[in-house]
Amino acid sequence: MGQIRTGAQILWESLVREGVSTVFGYPGGAILPAYDALLEYPIHHVLVRHEQGATHMADGFARASGEVGVAIATSGPGATNMVTGIATAMLDSSPIVCITGQVGSKLIGSDAFQETDVTGVTLPITKHNYLVSDVAEVASTVHEAFYVARSGRPGPVLVDITKDAQQSSTEFVWDSSPVQLPGYRPELRVSDAEYAQAVELINGSKRPVVFAGHGVMLSGAVDLVREFAERANIPIAMTLLGIGSFPALHPLNLGMMGMHGEAWVNQAIQEADLLLAFGMRFDDRVTGNIRTYAPNARKIHVDIDPAEFNKNVLVDVTLAGDLANVLRDLLPQVDRGDRSDWLTAIGEMKGDSAVRDVQNLPDTGHLYAAHVINDIWRLTDGKAVVVTDVGQHQMWEAQYYHHQEPRSLITSGGLGTMGFALPAAIGAKLARPDAEVWVVVGDGGFQMTMCELATIAQEKIKLNVAIINNGYLGMVRQWQEFFYERRYAATPLLSPDFAKLADAFGLRSATVSRRQDVEPTIEMARAESGAVVMDFRVEQEDTVYPMVPAGADLDAMIRRPSPSPIVETADD
Amino acid sequence: MTRHTFAVHVEDKPGVLNRVASLFRRRAFNIESLTVGHTETEGVSRMTIVVDTDTNGARRLEANLYKLVNVLRVTDLTAEAVVARELTLVRVAANHETRIQVMQLVDTFRARVVDMTTDSLIIEATGTEEKIDGLMGVLEPYGVLEMVRTGRVAMSRGLQGKVRGPNGDDVTSPETDDNVSHSV
Ligand SMILES: Cc1ncc(C[n+]2csc(CCOP(=O)(O)OP(=O)(O)O)c2C)c(N)n1
Ligand SMILES: [Mg+2]
Repeated sequence: MGQIRTGAQILWESLVREGVSTVFGYPGGAILPAYDALLEYPIHHVLVRHEQGATHMADGFARASGEVGVAIATSGPGATNMVTGIATAMLDSSPIVCITGQVGSKLIGSDAFQETDVTGVTLPITKHNYLVSDVAEVASTVHEAFYVARSGRPGPVLVDITKDAQQSSTEFVWDSSPVQLPGYRPELRVSDAEYAQAVELINGSKRPVVFAGHGVMLSGAVDLVREFAERANIPIAMTLLGIGSFPALHPLNLGMMGMHGEAWVNQAIQEADLLLAFGMRFDDRVTGNIRTYAPNARKIHVDIDPAEFNKNVLVDVTLAGDLANVLRDLLPQVDRGDRSDWLTAIGEMKGDSAVRDVQNLPDTGHLYAAHVINDIWRLTDGKAVVVTDVGQHQMWEAQYYHHQEPRSLITSGGLGTMGFALPAAIGAKLARPDAEVWVVVGDGGFQMTMCELATIAQEKIKLNVAIINNGYLGMVRQWQEFFYERRYAATPLLSPDFAKLADAFGLRSATVSRRQDVEPTIEMARAESGAVVMDFRVEQEDTVYPMVPAGADLDAMIRRPSPSPIVETADD
Repeated sequence: MTRHTFAVHVEDKPGVLNRVASLFRRRAFNIESLTVGHTETEGVSRMTIVVDTDTNGARRLEANLYKLVNVLRVTDLTAEAVVARELTLVRVAANHETRIQVMQLVDTFRARVVDMTTDSLIIEATGTEEKIDGLMGVLEPYGVLEMVRTGRVAMSRGLQGKVRGPNGDDVTSPETDDNVSHSV
């Protein structure tokens, strides 16, 4: 016999049993019974300043640790504030569980105070969601929600619990046995025939490229991908979210592909005879013009979500399954390859455009974002967890911070959500307290969620926040520069004095506008025990190169005009 | 583009119809018709959904339907030998002069008169869409006052429809059947 508990207590009992120790939330009327019961349980509640922040924190927590992140909010405005964070987690397959309070079940449909149809609103942006109005269903629903969020292709799950279900009582029974859902069986099997087709294409290929996406990390297949690449001598290109799944400094690493990928990566893709897509989904930011994409390549697509097959790019072989399982089956059948001709050819493509160590280059008195990011990379020994926002700084980080470890870059790829970085970094730091966590954020995106500085102060969270302050919504300004005749509509940005702002929150700060001050500032921040906000006043009209304009052919890149003050060629 | 007919078995729970309909909207597929009702199994409803799409679209739709946690099984009946039926009720103008003619047409189409007033009839007809289109064509001149069609319901002939696995292989056989209901 279980104990009699209220729905609110059962919620926390269940979360504890799911291994939850930290939740991110904000209280309100419809979730008040749950908050009242919180005091009895060993769960650390982080009070956020906006519910969007709670979802990004849960997301950052999940991405940094691989565990499910939890966010909690009240009904109506609390829940709708979560929408952006849920959509962000959905597009990047991040496992989070959002708990929302709902008005009493008898009031549903009456437009009661703070009533919103939250399961309706979030239906297309959750992996699954639940409305619980019976206390007897609280425990099983929480158990199911965690299972659905983390299994198969992970994603956000929302559990909306009516106030009366939180208040009424029942016997608490925890069934820890594996969840059985008749319509949900995420384990897939690949047939021998499909393996045979794949093996034939792989062993016969002369110019193959492996694509490593977010799925490599989600599947825990990092080591297997490396083994595969080394065994067959196949170079690896990464999507933005795939960064970290293969060591940047490994000789087989090509770098990031797509819109702001290095030119040789995209050129190699266009010349490849085989693409092996591992846990990626051929996003339009990766392919450019679909009609001219990788015209000579056969394509093998491995993904746990069969709905991704032939969605954007038609492929020759599809292997539906968990990447780690598929690679384990595939590896023994793959021939040890030489492929030195192909690797040499790629080396030659690099020749004219390789990024040189930007440290050694003249900065002509200017402070460039690339410098700042590269200095952070150098001084952190490439070992920090970097959480980036969305914009130019995000692309520069991807280009100039060379990630060696999985889950060391956390960024909003699919939705491109400005305001993600600061809260996501809070989640990442709480998930991995021993990691050195850096935030690389634009002056625009920082102002979207900077209220979470208060959360950082209240929770005494150690973060290093590098604001790449260019006075513009830089990425949009870049598009205006290239495609709208430099008509800078609504992109110049007046910002507060970020150092003073940090002061107001009781946080240490620095303002840097000279190159020589970058290194000491980074060192100061690393040595400081509390959070430090650094305002790097960088070149205002700097541009992210190279760039494939949206929808253009992948090898029709806008290249760095040379000579460039920050990036020189091999001959310089 | 061809017409694809899917039989979709779903859990009979609140909001499931909304989830399925929302999926079609969200993925930009146009539903031509959708019917839903109980099945031989308690707690399981069956939808018959007719969609205009190409083969690749149909495969992706199937895969996306499987991602819905409440969807138990999806069968594409398009290439199958199926029994497909639709039911219609038509109120048609008919006075004492035209009533006999209309009733003869109804007979020819093996339809039935289910209600009659001095100036109209309600006709119930069951059959393929083509047959019902045909009936509507001949009733039109008399004046169709009101009409409702259920949309298609379908069932494969023989034992059961072909069930495809994630990669399009036929996994109808019972041994592989548990591989079908994948969601991710
Ligand atoms: C919430 C949101 N609104 C708008 C955009 C469109 N957008 C993409 S990048 C960008 C500019 C970002 O400016 P900033 O944060 O200063 O970064 P920078 O590009 O200057 O490095 C904008 C407005 C977005 N991605 N997210
Ligand atoms: Mg900016």
